[in-house]
Amino acid sequence: MADPKDIYEQRESVEDLERQLTEIKKLSPGDESEREIALLQARIDRVKREVYSKLTPWQKVQLARHPKRPYTLDYIQDIFTDFIELHGDRRFADDHAVVCGMANFHGQPVMVLGQQKGRDTKQKIFRNFGQPKPEGYRKALRVMKIAEKFGRPIFCFVDVQGAYPGIDAEERGQAEAIAHNLREMSRLRVPIVVTITGEGGSGGALAIAVGDVVNMLEYSVYSVISPEGCASIMWRDAAHAETAASALRLTADDLKELGLIDTIIPEPEGGAHNNPKQMSESLDKQLQKDLEMLKRVPVDQLTDRRYEKFRRMGQFFEDASAHSAQSS
Amino acid sequence: MAWFKKEKTPIVSVEQKHVKTEGLWTKCASCKQIIWKKDLAANLNVCPKCNFHFKVGARERLEMLFDEGAYFELDADFASNDPLHFSDTKSYRARLKEAQKATGLKDAIITGDGKLGGRPTLIQAMEYRFIGGSMGAVVGEKICRAIELCIVRRSPLIIVSVSGGARMMEGAISLMQLAKISAGLGRLDDAKVPFISVLTDPTTGGVTASFAMLGDVNIAEPGALIGFAGPRVIEQTIRQKLPAGFQRSEFLLDHGMLDAIVHRKELRPFLIQSLNFMQAA
Ligand SMILES: [Zn+2]
Repeated sequence: MADPKDIYEQRESVEDLERQLTEIKKLSPGDESEREIALLQARIDRVKREVYSKLTPWQKVQLARHPKRPYTLDYIQDIFTDFIELHGDRRFADDHAVVCGMANFHGQPVMVLGQQKGRDTKQKIFRNFGQPKPEGYRKALRVMKIAEKFGRPIFCFVDVQGAYPGIDAEERGQAEAIAHNLREMSRLRVPIVVTITGEGGSGGALAIAVGDVVNMLEYSVYSVISPEGCASIMWRDAAHAETAASALRLTADDLKELGLIDTIIPEPEGGAHNNPKQMSESLDKQLQKDLEMLKRVPVDQLTDRRYEKFRRMGQFFEDASAHSAQSS
Repeated sequence: MAWFKKEKTPIVSVEQKHVKTEGLWTKCASCKQIIWKKDLAANLNVCPKCNFHFKVGARERLEMLFDEGAYFELDADFASNDPLHFSDTKSYRARLKEAQKATGLKDAIITGDGKLGGRPTLIQAMEYRFIGGSMGAVVGEKICRAIELCIVRRSPLIIVSVSGGARMMEGAISLMQLAKISAGLGRLDDAKVPFISVLTDPTTGGVTASFAMLGDVNIAEPGALIGFAGPRVIEQTIRQKLPAGFQRSEFLLDHGMLDAIVHRKELRPFLIQSLNFMQAA
């Protein structure tokens, strides 16, 4: 069982090697040290490649959950201007696990929204660890309807462990809230660009992810259930999470291969948290490209196109009548 | 060691005995009374003593609802091709084969095309014995095809849910079925074609968080467990015992999530009357 810390330990070893390299470079030049430098450099490159481009699904889960990973408000601040937050679902409360608001995107008014996790303990509690309750989904849909009314595009940023398993969330009908969002988002008459930035955790993620375009950051994950949840059900032991992470096929590459997402946005070496500015720049470029493309699609075609996009998902079955005996 | 000659012992006797006792009687899970299976069947699998609603298989359900119990089955042979090559303690393919053998169905839902109160109607019923009634690509596809057919024919759709939610063994593909079906129901709604959702014990996870909660009218059988997160997961998270009756039909009705709780005996007349309201005959 690989420890989640493995990836950080491997990075430690890269840093170790780099320190050694600096030390050697400080020594007097000579054939001997030059050869050593070349060898060491090659080894550093190899280790880096191994660590960052051959990450296991479980390691990607760890990166997606990295405590320093940029969150929705970081992207809003970097990519958009004039953000005005809009609060409340007009039904029950303002859910702090979801942030929504009007903003400016390269000169155009747009609606932005997403789940928001907290950094320190106080913020984490305030944001309910980024897990929305029904009022969060309802707030999100409320602002999306405002965007539709005024013909403004919508950008959604998804980063959620999963829907909140609590008595209050059930009492107020989180299943209904998610279902309602799925149906309504599918027929909103404005462009919707969705990006999975961290954890795309089941229904809690999908509730704001029915878009014309769905992107995933390179090390984000998107799954029907958390690897821990899957492990405790299928293996009756949460310790099998690493195995479950592979079995669930939850990485950006997997989702792309299965035809469930559109674009994988590359992350800076070592993950988005290693260079948040660079991450925001790449994300910004992709969002501009997506919006330019969607703005050319007439509104009536837009909703048909969105329907067809999801309608095609999961053509993974066979018509057994074609080649097997009738069972009854 | 043998006290008797083995060949004299009828080979099937033990099994037969088992079948005989198990076959004639059953114990009600609610009132613990012993009930004749014949009485139970005659009473639509509802306990004659305490009204506890036993689970009903998908075929039985359709027979119970359609006029004269008659229907044509559509898309009967759609089966999963295991897109993820998923394997946990057992392979998904093996689980599928087992479920297919046990139920005689290819997946966890069947589509019936027939008449309800004389009105052409599609009714889909889920099968809990098929991997917990879980929803993967086949369930998603069959529901979408039913929706599309209902739009063309302008005939109502009824789905009777019994499900643990999305099917883990199809990963994100099963998650996307929630969006796919909900988008389809958006079109059915735009077309003003009736959709009634009937929730039965249990309906949880992604099924509740998609079509089961999107009926023009959502109704449930008495005492059904209905929710998104399962009670065990909630209990583990909040580390306290859940209140009695939590996530049962009566609790959902109280919290405004259901239009009505309908006794199995009243289900057919309820559906017919509702459809009469929604659509001219
Ligand atoms: Zn009883």
